[in-house]
Amino acid sequence: MDARRESEPTSMKNCTMVERKSERELIVTRTFNGPARIVFEAWTKPELLKRWWAPKSTGVSLLSCEADVRVGGRYRFEFGHEASKPMAFFGRYIEVTPHSRLIWTNEESDDGAVTTVTFEEKDGKTLLVMHELYPSKEALDGAVAGMEGGMPETFAQLDELLVTLGASMARS
Amino acid sequence: MVQYTRTRFDASFAALSDATRRGVLEQLGRADASITDLAEKFHMTLTGMKKHVGVLEQAGLVTTEKVGRVRTCRLGLRKLTEEAAWIERYRQLWNARFDELDKVVEELKRKEKVDGRKKRE
Repeated sequence: MDARRESEPTSMKNCTMVERKSERELIVTRTFNGPARIVFEAWTKPELLKRWWAPKSTGVSLLSCEADVRVGGRYRFEFGHEASKPMAFFGRYIEVTPHSRLIWTNEESDDGAVTTVTFEEKDGKTLLVMHELYPSKEALDGAVAGMEGGMPETFAQLDELLVTLGASMARS
Repeated sequence: MVQYTRTRFDASFAALSDATRRGVLEQLGRADASITDLAEKFHMTLTGMKKHVGVLEQAGLVTTEKVGRVRTCRLGLRKLTEEAAWIERYRQLWNARFDELDKVVEELKRKEKVDGRKKRE
Protein backbone atom coordinates (compact mmCIF):
# COMPACT_ATOMS: atom_id res chain seq x y z
CA MET A 1 0.00 0.00 0.00
CA ASP A 2 1.19 3.51 -0.76
CA ALA A 3 2.68 5.47 2.07
CA ARG A 4 0.87 8.71 2.63
CA ARG A 5 2.75 11.52 0.92
CA GLU A 6 3.04 14.38 3.35
CA SER A 7 4.08 16.89 0.70
CA GLU A 8 0.86 16.49 -1.22
CA PRO A 9 -1.89 18.84 -0.10
CA THR A 10 -4.71 16.73 1.28
CA SER A 11 -7.22 18.70 -0.77
CA MET A 12 -5.71 17.38 -4.00
CA LYS A 13 -6.62 13.75 -3.55
CA ASN A 14 -9.19 12.44 -1.15
CA CYS A 15 -9.02 8.87 -0.02
CA THR A 16 -11.77 6.31 -0.01
CA MET A 17 -12.16 4.18 3.08
CA VAL A 18 -14.05 0.94 3.50
CA GLU A 19 -14.77 -0.66 6.83
CA ARG A 20 -16.79 -3.70 7.84
CA LYS A 21 -18.48 -2.04 10.77
CA SER A 22 -20.31 -5.10 12.02
CA GLU A 23 -21.40 -8.53 10.86
CA ARG A 24 -24.09 -6.94 8.68
CA GLU A 25 -22.71 -3.49 7.85
CA LEU A 26 -20.21 -2.06 5.44
CA ILE A 27 -19.25 1.62 5.42
CA VAL A 28 -17.60 3.52 2.55
CA THR A 29 -16.45 7.12 3.15
CA ARG A 30 -14.97 9.79 0.89
CA THR A 31 -14.73 13.60 0.83
CA PHE A 32 -15.46 15.57 -2.35
CA ASN A 33 -14.22 19.05 -3.16
CA GLY A 34 -17.61 20.54 -3.84
CA PRO A 35 -20.86 21.50 -2.16
CA ALA A 36 -23.41 18.83 -1.23
CA ARG A 37 -25.95 20.01 -3.81
CA ILE A 38 -23.48 19.26 -6.60
CA VAL A 39 -22.39 15.87 -5.28
CA PHE A 40 -26.04 14.97 -4.71
CA GLU A 41 -26.86 16.00 -8.28
CA ALA A 42 -24.17 13.64 -9.60
CA TRP A 43 -25.83 10.77 -7.69
CA THR A 44 -29.35 11.52 -8.81
CA LYS A 45 -29.22 12.42 -12.51
CA PRO A 46 -28.89 9.30 -14.65
CA GLU A 47 -26.86 11.10 -17.32
CA LEU A 48 -24.32 12.06 -14.63
CA LEU A 49 -24.43 8.71 -12.77
CA LYS A 50 -23.61 7.02 -16.03
CA ARG A 51 -20.37 8.92 -16.26
CA TRP A 52 -18.81 7.62 -13.07
CA TRP A 53 -20.53 4.35 -12.04
CA ALA A 54 -18.52 2.09 -14.34
CA PRO A 55 -14.99 3.50 -14.58
CA LYS A 56 -12.79 2.01 -17.30
CA SER A 57 -10.35 0.51 -14.80
CA THR A 58 -13.02 -1.95 -13.64
CA GLY A 59 -13.16 -3.50 -17.10
CA VAL A 60 -16.95 -3.50 -17.26
CA SER A 61 -19.02 -1.04 -19.19
CA LEU A 62 -22.39 0.29 -18.33
CA LEU A 63 -24.90 -0.81 -20.95
CA SER A 64 -27.83 1.10 -19.55
CA CYS A 65 -28.56 3.26 -16.57
CA GLU A 66 -32.08 4.16 -15.53
CA ALA A 67 -32.76 5.94 -12.27
CA ASP A 68 -36.07 7.48 -11.27
CA VAL A 69 -34.77 9.20 -8.16
CA ARG A 70 -37.84 9.85 -6.01
CA VAL A 71 -39.46 7.91 -3.18
CA GLY A 72 -40.70 4.62 -4.64
CA GLY A 73 -38.89 5.25 -7.94
CA ARG A 74 -36.86 2.41 -9.42
CA TYR A 75 -33.31 2.15 -10.64
CA ARG A 76 -31.77 -0.37 -12.96
CA PHE A 77 -28.13 -0.44 -14.09
CA GLU A 78 -27.05 -3.04 -16.60
CA PHE A 79 -23.43 -3.71 -17.20
CA GLY A 80 -21.14 -6.42 -18.41
CA HIS A 81 -18.34 -7.52 -20.66
CA GLU A 82 -20.74 -8.51 -23.41
CA ALA A 83 -24.00 -6.86 -24.39
CA SER A 84 -25.66 -10.26 -24.79
CA LYS A 85 -25.10 -11.23 -21.16
CA PRO A 86 -25.70 -8.17 -19.05
CA MET A 87 -25.64 -8.20 -15.26
CA ALA A 88 -28.32 -6.08 -13.70
CA PHE A 89 -28.25 -4.09 -10.51
CA PHE A 90 -31.74 -2.92 -9.55
CA GLY A 91 -34.05 -1.84 -6.77
CA ARG A 92 -36.06 1.07 -5.39
CA TYR A 93 -35.39 4.42 -3.76
CA ILE A 94 -37.05 4.57 -0.35
CA GLU A 95 -35.83 7.97 0.79
CA VAL A 96 -34.76 10.96 -1.25
CA THR A 97 -33.91 14.06 0.80
CA PRO A 98 -32.38 16.64 -1.52
CA HIS A 99 -28.71 17.40 -0.91
CA SER A 100 -28.49 15.28 2.23
CA ARG A 101 -29.75 11.71 2.08
CA LEU A 102 -30.55 8.88 -0.33
CA ILE A 103 -31.71 5.40 0.63
CA TRP A 104 -32.28 2.57 -1.80
CA THR A 105 -32.95 -1.13 -1.69
CA ASN A 106 -31.35 -3.77 -3.79
CA GLU A 107 -33.73 -6.36 -5.17
CA GLU A 108 -31.53 -8.77 -7.09
CA SER A 109 -31.93 -11.33 -4.30
CA ASP A 110 -33.17 -11.71 -0.74
CA ASP A 111 -29.62 -11.06 0.38
CA GLY A 112 -29.53 -7.54 -1.10
CA ALA A 113 -28.44 -4.64 1.09
CA VAL A 114 -30.24 -1.44 1.98
CA THR A 115 -27.89 1.41 1.10
CA THR A 116 -27.97 4.79 2.80
CA VAL A 117 -25.84 7.59 1.38
CA THR A 118 -25.47 10.80 3.37
CA PHE A 119 -23.97 14.03 2.06
CA GLU A 120 -22.60 16.32 4.75
CA GLU A 121 -21.29 19.70 3.67
CA LYS A 122 -18.57 21.56 5.55
CA ASP A 123 -16.54 24.52 4.26
CA GLY A 124 -17.56 23.90 0.66
CA LYS A 125 -16.57 20.21 0.83
CA THR A 126 -18.83 17.22 1.14
CA LEU A 127 -18.26 14.19 3.32
CA LEU A 128 -20.03 11.26 1.74
CA VAL A 129 -20.85 8.22 3.85
CA MET A 130 -22.30 5.14 2.19
CA HIS A 131 -23.73 2.64 4.62
CA GLU A 132 -24.76 -0.81 3.41
CA LEU A 133 -26.90 -2.90 5.72
CA TYR A 134 -27.27 -6.56 4.77
CA PRO A 135 -30.20 -8.68 6.03
CA SER A 136 -27.85 -11.12 7.76
CA LYS A 137 -24.23 -11.88 8.47
CA GLU A 138 -24.47 -14.68 5.89
CA ALA A 139 -25.65 -12.22 3.23
CA LEU A 140 -22.62 -9.96 3.70
CA ASP A 141 -20.31 -12.98 3.95
CA GLY A 142 -21.90 -14.20 0.73
CA ALA A 143 -21.27 -10.88 -0.99
CA VAL A 144 -17.65 -11.12 0.09
CA ALA A 145 -17.37 -14.72 -1.13
CA GLY A 146 -19.27 -13.93 -4.34
CA MET A 147 -16.89 -11.25 -5.47
CA GLU A 148 -13.98 -13.59 -4.73
CA GLY A 149 -15.43 -16.34 -6.85
CA GLY A 150 -16.14 -17.91 -3.48
CA MET A 151 -15.16 -21.32 -2.34
CA PRO A 152 -13.43 -22.71 -5.42
CA GLU A 153 -10.64 -20.24 -4.78
CA THR A 154 -10.40 -21.29 -1.16
CA PHE A 155 -10.13 -24.87 -2.24
CA ALA A 156 -7.54 -24.05 -4.85
CA GLN A 157 -5.54 -22.57 -1.99
CA LEU A 158 -6.09 -25.67 0.10
CA ASP A 159 -4.96 -27.83 -2.80
CA GLU A 160 -1.85 -25.72 -3.17
CA LEU A 161 -1.16 -26.07 0.53
CA LEU A 162 -1.52 -29.83 0.24
CA VAL A 163 0.90 -29.98 -2.68
CA THR A 164 3.42 -27.82 -0.82
CA LEU A 165 3.07 -29.90 2.31
CA GLY A 166 3.28 -33.12 0.37
CA ALA A 167 6.46 -31.95 -1.33
CA SER A 168 8.06 -30.93 1.94
CA MET A 169 7.16 -34.29 3.46
CA ALA A 170 8.70 -36.13 0.54
CA ARG A 171 11.95 -34.20 0.90
CA SER A 172 12.36 -34.97 4.58
CA MET B 1 12.10 -21.21 13.64
CA VAL B 2 12.81 -24.19 11.43
CA GLN B 3 11.54 -26.45 14.15
CA TYR B 4 8.43 -24.31 14.56
CA THR B 5 7.68 -24.27 10.82
CA ARG B 6 8.22 -27.97 10.65
CA THR B 7 5.87 -28.63 13.55
CA ARG B 8 3.27 -26.34 12.07
CA PHE B 9 3.54 -28.04 8.67
CA ASP B 10 3.19 -31.42 10.26
CA ALA B 11 0.14 -30.25 12.16
CA SER B 12 -1.48 -28.88 8.98
CA PHE B 13 -0.66 -31.96 7.01
CA ALA B 14 -2.02 -34.25 9.68
CA ALA B 15 -5.14 -32.08 9.92
CA LEU B 16 -5.78 -32.27 6.18
CA SER B 17 -5.02 -35.96 5.83
CA ASP B 18 -8.43 -36.94 7.16
CA ALA B 19 -11.55 -36.92 4.96
CA THR B 20 -13.88 -35.85 7.78
CA ARG B 21 -11.68 -32.91 8.63
CA ARG B 22 -11.52 -31.81 4.99
CA GLY B 23 -15.31 -32.09 4.94
CA VAL B 24 -15.52 -29.93 8.06
CA LEU B 25 -13.37 -27.25 6.37
CA GLU B 26 -15.59 -27.37 3.31
CA GLN B 27 -18.65 -27.01 5.51
CA LEU B 28 -17.18 -24.08 7.46
CA GLY B 29 -16.30 -22.43 4.17
CA ARG B 30 -20.03 -22.14 3.50
CA ALA B 31 -21.09 -21.07 6.98
CA ASP B 32 -19.92 -21.09 10.56
CA ALA B 33 -21.29 -24.01 12.57
CA SER B 34 -21.40 -25.29 16.11
CA ILE B 35 -19.70 -28.52 17.09
CA THR B 36 -23.16 -30.04 17.59
CA ASP B 37 -24.16 -29.07 14.00
CA LEU B 38 -20.97 -30.58 12.65
CA ALA B 39 -21.35 -33.77 14.68
CA GLU B 40 -24.86 -34.23 13.30
CA LYS B 41 -23.85 -33.44 9.73
CA PHE B 42 -21.03 -35.98 9.79
CA HIS B 43 -22.95 -38.57 11.84
CA MET B 44 -20.46 -38.54 14.65
CA THR B 45 -20.49 -38.31 18.41
CA LEU B 46 -19.89 -34.91 19.97
CA THR B 47 -16.64 -36.18 21.48
CA GLY B 48 -15.43 -37.45 18.11
CA MET B 49 -16.17 -34.13 16.43
CA LYS B 50 -14.51 -32.21 19.27
CA LYS B 51 -11.32 -34.15 18.59
CA HIS B 52 -11.40 -33.35 14.87
CA VAL B 53 -12.06 -29.67 15.50
CA GLY B 54 -9.25 -29.69 18.05
CA VAL B 55 -6.82 -30.99 15.43
CA LEU B 56 -7.94 -28.33 12.91
CA GLU B 57 -7.66 -25.66 15.57
CA GLN B 58 -4.15 -26.81 16.50
CA ALA B 59 -3.17 -26.47 12.84
CA GLY B 60 -4.55 -22.93 12.68
CA LEU B 61 -7.13 -23.87 10.06
CA VAL B 62 -10.14 -23.31 12.30
CA THR B 63 -10.90 -20.98 15.18
CA THR B 64 -13.60 -21.59 17.77
CA GLU B 65 -15.45 -19.33 20.12
CA LYS B 66 -17.72 -20.28 22.97
CA VAL B 67 -20.82 -18.18 23.46
CA GLY B 68 -23.04 -19.44 26.27
CA ARG B 69 -23.19 -23.19 25.87
CA VAL B 70 -22.48 -23.24 22.16
CA ARG B 71 -19.00 -23.46 20.66
CA THR B 72 -19.01 -21.95 17.16
CA CYS B 73 -16.36 -22.97 14.65
CA ARG B 74 -15.18 -20.90 11.69
CA LEU B 75 -12.42 -21.05 9.15
CA GLY B 76 -9.16 -19.77 10.57
CA LEU B 77 -6.77 -17.11 9.36
CA ARG B 78 -7.26 -17.84 5.71
CA LYS B 79 -10.81 -16.51 5.83
CA LEU B 80 -9.66 -13.32 7.50
CA THR B 81 -7.09 -12.63 4.79
CA GLU B 82 -9.71 -13.26 2.13
CA GLU B 83 -12.04 -10.77 3.70
CA ALA B 84 -9.25 -8.18 3.95
CA ALA B 85 -8.42 -8.75 0.28
CA TRP B 86 -12.06 -8.39 -0.73
CA ILE B 87 -12.45 -5.19 1.27
CA GLU B 88 -9.38 -3.78 -0.48
CA ARG B 89 -10.81 -4.70 -3.89
CA TYR B 90 -14.15 -3.18 -2.96
CA ARG B 91 -12.32 -0.04 -1.82
CA GLN B 92 -10.49 0.13 -5.15
CA LEU B 93 -13.77 -0.18 -7.05
CA TRP B 94 -15.35 2.70 -5.14
CA ASN B 95 -12.16 4.71 -5.30
CA ALA B 96 -12.13 4.37 -9.09
CA ARG B 97 -15.80 5.43 -9.23
CA PHE B 98 -15.16 8.38 -6.92
CA ASP B 99 -12.16 9.54 -8.96
CA GLU B 100 -14.54 9.79 -11.93
CA LEU B 101 -17.17 11.41 -9.74
CA ASP B 102 -14.54 14.04 -8.77
CA LYS B 103 -14.35 15.01 -12.45
CA VAL B 104 -18.13 15.33 -12.71
CA VAL B 105 -18.17 17.48 -9.55
CA GLU B 106 -15.41 19.73 -10.95
CA GLU B 107 -17.30 20.15 -14.17
CA LEU B 108 -20.58 20.99 -12.41
CA LYS B 109 -18.75 23.51 -10.23
CA ARG B 110 -17.27 25.23 -13.28
CA LYS B 111 -20.64 25.23 -14.99
CA GLU B 112 -22.32 26.73 -11.93
CA LYS B 113 -19.71 29.50 -11.85
CA VAL B 114 -20.20 30.32 -15.53
CA ASP B 115 -24.00 30.24 -15.19
CA GLY B 116 -23.80 32.45 -12.08
CA ARG B 117 -21.67 34.97 -13.96
CA LYS B 118 -24.11 34.96 -16.86
CA LYS B 119 -27.01 35.62 -14.49
CA ARG B 120 -25.24 38.57 -12.92
CA GLU B 121 -24.34 40.09 -16.25
